[in-house]
Amino acid sequence: MSKDGSASFFTTKVDALFDWGRKNSLWPLPYGTSCCGIEMMSTLCSDYDMSRFGAEVVRFSPRQSDLLIVAGIITTKMAPVLKTVYDQMSDPKYVMCAGACASSGGIFNVYSVLQGIDTMIPVDIYLPGCPPAPEGFLHGLLQLQEKIARGETHSHRKLAEHKRGSSLASS
Amino acid sequence: MDVRTLIPTNGGEAIKKFGEGWRKQLATLQAKFSGDLGNVLFPGEAATDFPIVYVSLAKVIELLSFLKTEPGFEYDFLADLTATDEEQAPRFEVVYNLFSTVHKNRIRVKVKVSEGEEVPTAVSVWPGANWAEREVYDMFGVKFLGHPDLRRILMDYRFEGHPLRKDFPLRGYQIFTEPQVIDPKLLD
Amino acid sequence: MQNIKDTKLGSTEFPSGIRVDHDPDDLWGDSRFVVNIGPTHPAMHGALRMVAKLNGETIESSYCEMGYTHRAKEKLGENRTYHQFIVYTDRLNYCSSLMNNVGYALAVEKLMGIEVPERCVWIRMIVSEIARVIDHLVCIGINAVDLGAFSYFLYGYHQREEAYTIIEKLCGARLTTSYTRIGGLMQDAPEGFEREVKAWVAKTRTVLDEMDRLLTGNKIWQMRTVGVTPFNKEQCLQYSYSGPNARAAGLDIDLRRDQPYLYYKNVEFDVPVCQNGDTFDRYLVRVHEIRQSLNIIAQCADRMKKGPIWSEDKRVRIPDKDVVHNTMEGLIYHFKFFMTGFDVPAGEAYTAIEASNGELAFYIVSKGGPKAHRMRIRGPSVWHYQGISPMVKGWKIADLIGALGSVNVIAGELDR
Repeated sequence: MSKDGSASFFTTKVDALFDWGRKNSLWPLPYGTSCCGIEMMSTLCSDYDMSRFGAEVVRFSPRQSDLLIVAGIITTKMAPVLKTVYDQMSDPKYVMCAGACASSGGIFNVYSVLQGIDTMIPVDIYLPGCPPAPEGFLHGLLQLQEKIARGETHSHRKLAEHKRGSSLASS
Repeated sequence: MDVRTLIPTNGGEAIKKFGEGWRKQLATLQAKFSGDLGNVLFPGEAATDFPIVYVSLAKVIELLSFLKTEPGFEYDFLADLTATDEEQAPRFEVVYNLFSTVHKNRIRVKVKVSEGEEVPTAVSVWPGANWAEREVYDMFGVKFLGHPDLRRILMDYRFEGHPLRKDFPLRGYQIFTEPQVIDPKLLD
Repeated sequence: MQNIKDTKLGSTEFPSGIRVDHDPDDLWGDSRFVVNIGPTHPAMHGALRMVAKLNGETIESSYCEMGYTHRAKEKLGENRTYHQFIVYTDRLNYCSSLMNNVGYALAVEKLMGIEVPERCVWIRMIVSEIARVIDHLVCIGINAVDLGAFSYFLYGYHQREEAYTIIEKLCGARLTTSYTRIGGLMQDAPEGFEREVKAWVAKTRTVLDEMDRLLTGNKIWQMRTVGVTPFNKEQCLQYSYSGPNARAAGLDIDLRRDQPYLYYKNVEFDVPVCQNGDTFDRYLVRVHEIRQSLNIIAQCADRMKKGPIWSEDKRVRIPDKDVVHNTMEGLIYHFKFFMTGFDVPAGEAYTAIEASNGELAFYIVSKGGPKAHRMRIRGPSVWHYQGISPMVKGWKIADLIGALGSVNVIAGELDR
């Protein structure tokens, strides 16, 4: 960090290196609750094989994973659970929101369904479809990787804000 | 052209096969429960696919256990237990759909319940009625007398209102910030 | 140390004067604890939750929670027209959505007194049985994964993808098909459908034999499943178990045979029944049911003939696309049909079909008009899930995972 608080040449290069590593070894936490969960399983299985893109190590523990794939409906009963799981994940973390139900409630605009998980947690990638086909999941993963490489995810923004805050505090 | 039209590929043969049997069964029921039996609707005459027996609130458990155990009836399988909101007094109808695994036929028992009245629980007849009754309580607010564990089942325990009542709006949800807690008392 | 030693004596007196009584059934001092499994636990299939009190590893008592996927489909059934509700039936049991579509179409057709033509019935039977095969493949595959046999799962999953290729040709979607319409089908089966289905049946038969050889006689699999978490015939009746889970316990009910709908009377098939009702039997019944379903599909594909797929009834007939695009009247009719829906005469019907998990029923009460007065969906999974607690009582916590996988509780059908 240089004196005026801007990122120096060396740290940006290191960050880019970290991002490159992170994007190619995402550890997904599958949060499949309904139909999209079945398609997510298809994506993880041999026919479509998500591991070709580095997202191979599926971890069901929020402490060990950095990509939260919310696949399926999130009801108001489930919403606090999702929030807890998200909070338990360590930074940097990315959220992929699969399908119409999780993105906006979809066809279920009713008393029990949360109208989009982005009212609870920040989302990096939305996948359209009800449910998205496995190709959609793969496309979403590639998009997320690009986004990580560009440094435009919520985690990056949070980190940048944190750095700015600490540099202001130290100066 | 309504439910009285019999379609062979869609359960239309049931009335041919069981019609006589149903008539006899309903006659037996009339003789045994005469005062407590309300309307009896017969398929083909009324707009229904299986016979419907209305029974008074006091005798419903007696009727259900009679149907379950009596030789010749043996409706031993509780296919479904639900309710409807009729929007008139008495407000609710609790519906028991029974199936006989011996004779392979069906019958439907209904009880009229006004708001605030409690239906005797069927858990003593079928332990499996437990959750179905909890669901009716959750969705309609109909309470069951003597139920071992009458809690909400589908909605969060902090939820207010009974969603399947006709006056409950389709939209407008209630948000909770804490997950539903576990209750160790239920494990004793 | 004193604590551990004295537990067998029944009570411990601490130097502070506090006296703690111990349960003689407790294996070790204070070994009882409560664990919460789910709703996001991988073995709980999405959105189920179970709270169990363990004594060491043994489940002493437990209770199940549901409702984490409650999507208010019954309420929506009262607020959507009969036609609009078809899409919601896809999302009941999402492993076999075609079967839900068929069941719902039958329910409304029964209320309206509509008979569909022969070809439509055959196609409906074929898609139902394909859906049953897919559902069973997923069920036994996931059950095997839960107990540690991953490669078995991949065999079944590949065959399932092949089936989805056929379904995609049929209706353009994989999971949420919405294929049936009231009084007909979305579209006719494509050219060469029978041939493809038969090729798939032949391939699936060989794959199933391979899968059978891989797992059924496997020593580890048998030790994990044979005699584990049984649920006998009386309990099945008490808890209204239906479908493969009931047949595994010797309760011989199959609605395809007992209360024939579609053309199940005209095809030959056996109903496999086991006796013990343990995890292994539930698995075995499903494997044999897949074989029977494949037989049914082959027979249907043989007997299917060219012909209309839509009922003659004018009330439910969706206008053809060329009429809609080329004539004014067709366009107006199409608009009216989809915006206001069609009237269903007053009446009530409980239409049950033998879905892959058991008795799936739609209890529709109509008071006339384009929307139902009450749309009750009887999903088999609710009743199956209710029986889990008594089923696993006294068994180890690891057996719970196998039991839950073998019962095949699907969250969409459970919470509706």
